Amino acid sequence: MIDDTSAAGPSTGPAAARVILSAADIDRALTRIAHEILEANKGSSDLVLLGIPRRGYPLAQRIAAKIAATDSGFDAAASLGQLDVTMFRDDLRKNPARAPRPTRIPVQGIDGRTVVLVDDVLYSGRTVRAALDALVDVGRPRVVRLAVLVDRGHRELPIRADHVGKNLPTSSQEKVRVRLAETDPEPRPAENADCVVIETTVPGAGA
Amino acid sequence: MRHLLSTKDLSYDAALTVLDTADQMAAVGERSVKKLPALRGRTVVNLFFEDSTRTRISFETAAKRLSADVINFSAKGSSVSKGESLKDTAQTLAAMSADAVVIRHSASGSPQQLAESGWIDAPVVNAGDGTHEHPTQALLDAMTLRQHRARTEGRESTRGLDLEGMHVVIVGDVLHSRVARSDLWLFTTLGARVTFVAPPTLLPVGIADWPCRVVFSLDEALDPAPDAVMMLRVQRERMHAAFFPTAQEYAREWGLTPERVAALDDAGATTAIMHPGPMNRGLEISSAAADSPRSTVLDQVRNGVSVRMSVLYLLLSGDDLDPTSTPHPQER
Repeated sequence: MIDDTSAAGPSTGPAAARVILSAADIDRALTRIAHEILEANKGSSDLVLLGIPRRGYPLAQRIAAKIAATDSGFDAAASLGQLDVTMFRDDLRKNPARAPRPTRIPVQGIDGRTVVLVDDVLYSGRTVRAALDALVDVGRPRVVRLAVLVDRGHRELPIRADHVGKNLPTSSQEKVRVRLAETDPEPRPAENADCVVIETTVPGAGA
Repeated sequence: MRHLLSTKDLSYDAALTVLDTADQMAAVGERSVKKLPALRGRTVVNLFFEDSTRTRISFETAAKRLSADVINFSAKGSSVSKGESLKDTAQTLAAMSADAVVIRHSASGSPQQLAESGWIDAPVVNAGDGTHEHPTQALLDAMTLRQHRARTEGRESTRGLDLEGMHVVIVGDVLHSRVARSDLWLFTTLGARVTFVAPPTLLPVGIADWPCRVVFSLDEALDPAPDAVMMLRVQRERMHAAFFPTAQEYAREWGLTPERVAALDDAGATTAIMHPGPMNRGLEISSAAADSPRSTVLDQVRNGVSVRMSVLYLLLSGDDLDPTSTPHPQER
């Protein structure tokens, strides 16, 4: 959700789309991220995964399931939440109003725990900044880390991800779109039920 | 949505957006930090030409929870009592660069006048105008009905839920009630059925053209039991004629008496009891009804803050938008 262009939405003009990650690639990347999180945290104690709507949350769910499969002491339901950052964005006046999505924090709270923020695309870094502000109002974690499926560069703030599924050097004219079975149900071939796509707007056509 | 003037011209989608946003605003009220930074540095003016405590406090709380600065302006003790016109007041506020104006006025249509006259270039929220409309009250009533529906149907979330198939009985002073009018338009848009119950003297001319059923007997309207019954306040301050013989007779015929509440209990109904406040206990609503577990009066107050936060947020975000640029996709 870093990336305004990672959205499903009316595209402007004809676009050439390339699939960068297929469903299997995404699954492998998430498996690796799950293991990296466990390794960095030296186990699953005091770990909280917070997905940033919309697509960060299903990714966090999947990572939680993978951690639970590796580490039987990890209770996926009690350590998984969703953090909406809409009201904390710095571009509220520049974009039309969006209805915020629910924030769900595990009942034990986040105080003194390790919070891993999960999002689909890391772009300018502004969503993550908003997420850090939103976290302050919820509690005081011991450590905050960031896991993203795709890092496409072009940062506008001093923010970096701790766990990255794929580093994807892009031009700012390109659009990186993440499609997940949970959030984007429109029909696709089975091997691309989840996928990451780069769209390049054909110059001279459309906007 | 540029202004919120009435619920008559509020679309189904816009109403659901306001309600879904209000649900998230409600969650903020349950946290230890009850504040969001969304309207930091913006100024909301509460322009109240008519007495009001709860609506003004509700709007003030809503604006403050969104970090906006609030200026309260009431006609009493202001230059309005020296004869200043609405136009001059509006232009003064514009010169002070108010970002949004919440207006309550005893003259129907004054919020629209303010919105369309060009005296001030800010979103206008109608907080009740004469006997015309009170849209935020209708929205908070719809939010309460939606929660009631989710509770009785065992739903986990109210997101995207409308009032399809619900039956709401609105009882009392329909003639003077802007709440009844706003409720009717909004509930109908959201798919609910509305029945008005009132003495014939308290029904407006032209009600036959409204999309509602009108009955004169409360007992008839409560059988079969509706999903909710809303008691309107008897507005003594607007009654300049004898609309009913005595208060006792009104309470007996059109009040929610302990006997009527007992009848609902006996029928095993899930009917919610609503009241926009302030209540005249013993007149339109008995204490037995107001304090029963069916009563949603305090939920309505709580939802009022959430709905007003939602409206202020939706009206004030995106105002730097260049209208000529391509619209931003709703979902990223």
